[in-house]
Amino acid sequence: MPRLPSLPKRYHSTSVWALYGLGLLPAAYAFYLGATGRLPGNPVKEFEHLLGLWALRFLVATLAITPIRDLIGVNWLRYRRALGLLAFYYVLMHFLAYMLLDQRLNVQAIVADIARRPFITIGMAALAMLIPLALTSNTWSIRTLGQRWNKLHRLAYVIAAAGAVHFAMAVKVVGPEQMLYLGLVAVLLSWRFVRKPYLKRKRQAPGTSIRPAAGKA
Amino acid sequence: MPSYRPPRIVSSEITPEAIFLNRRTFLGAAAGSALLAGSGTGLAAALSAPKGKYTVDEDLTPEADVTSYNNFYEFGTGKGDPAANSGSFKPTPWTVKVDGLVGTPQEIGLEELLKFPIEERVYRMRCVEAWSMVIPWTGFQLSALIDKVEPLGSAKYVSFETVVRPSEMPGQSGFFQPLPWPYREGLRLDEARHPLTLLSVGVYGKTLPNQNGAPVRLVTPWKYGFKGIKSIVRISLTETQPPSTWNLSAPNEYGFYANVNPAVDHPRWSQATENRIGGGGFFGSNRRDTLPFNGYADEVASLYAGMDLRANY
Repeated sequence: MPRLPSLPKRYHSTSVWALYGLGLLPAAYAFYLGATGRLPGNPVKEFEHLLGLWALRFLVATLAITPIRDLIGVNWLRYRRALGLLAFYYVLMHFLAYMLLDQRLNVQAIVADIARRPFITIGMAALAMLIPLALTSNTWSIRTLGQRWNKLHRLAYVIAAAGAVHFAMAVKVVGPEQMLYLGLVAVLLSWRFVRKPYLKRKRQAPGTSIRPAAGKA
Repeated sequence: MPSYRPPRIVSSEITPEAIFLNRRTFLGAAAGSALLAGSGTGLAAALSAPKGKYTVDEDLTPEADVTSYNNFYEFGTGKGDPAANSGSFKPTPWTVKVDGLVGTPQEIGLEELLKFPIEERVYRMRCVEAWSMVIPWTGFQLSALIDKVEPLGSAKYVSFETVVRPSEMPGQSGFFQPLPWPYREGLRLDEARHPLTLLSVGVYGKTLPNQNGAPVRLVTPWKYGFKGIKSIVRISLTETQPPSTWNLSAPNEYGFYANVNPAVDHPRWSQATENRIGGGGFFGSNRRDTLPFNGYADEVASLYAGMDLRANY
């Protein structure tokens, strides 16, 4: 299998920091546009939706790291923590935009929304589940928690599914964009069920040099 | 309040839109610059009308927002899609077929529509998605048209249909189509004859831009915006309640009446407050309380006396 040229090791940490920087750009740029009156129509909603969409994109990217390694043999594991944390930051900003800019801190309305509207309940649950994952997205936690870290971080599957469902339920008509994210998440989650047998067969086949992926990140 | 009233312009003096839109072509040619040629058919022609008695003591939503942020699924489901994708739509020539339970069914051309007593009215517009605007419409009372066709005694409802033109309306063609076409809406006959009910042919002193429902659309300011069917080609009087598109698509979310009601939430969001569009930026747009019947309760509440508005949402 042809290999992509790999990034020299000395650039690894720089590339991760670059990902954080690039990843936060859409939010920063949209905030600048919105704060200066350059977002058309309903700027608060535009901003809110953009943050939610990027959150979903980063969730999908986080879940794509493993299949990419399994299937193409490219190891981008070093970017997974950044992608996961970016997803968390975007979900958090999405909620803050809703709470501060959209609802203007009307706590009663927010609580009513979370309790009564299933898509908001689901979105809030996803944010709540992301908090322990974000707090344990560091090397110390991985060392300390051991296998329990892996178990805990499987919540990412639930969160991504919740995110895609939340997106589909928030719109008046489920369209191609919502279908795309539901489909992507479905495919990425299904891969988790077939990857073990797939990797086993691949290992047994002669002439391949793909190493089985380690469980730990 | 300015005391100047723009003169009433006879419709025969109104420059046809096609010629109006082309004026830049020869102005540009005269200036030796064909590049100035107008490209947007979404541009609208001037259409002045006297101010009517209905107005709202609130700031108008800027014209740029009114013409660039709205729903018109025939051109796409995004709020910017109607403005972006309606360039090749041709609102002229146009006829509206008026039929059903009427004494004199007829096809009425756009020129005829412009001969009705048109006036400018400033109305609130409340979208079912909890945003709102204040819009200066130009149009005439639907009741005038209904009177003209002499409704029969058996007529109890009015049904409306939007044009179907997949070649000019990208939302009506392709793999994904959000709604079944034609878009349909309906009113009870007494609602349709209510003085507030407007057939609009213009906005902001110009003919309707394509994205806002050119050349003729319905405006019922006490109802959610989706009742305001656009680019109407057919108006029929019926005995039974006509189908309406959103009601067919999600009956538990969108009722036939669709009266603005802060006490009855949409199943997926609250209708208690609304986000007034315009004002620019995060800190300009403001959330305000939604009023029963969108502030028109004095005029229309009696239409629904004795009705359970929770059941008839």
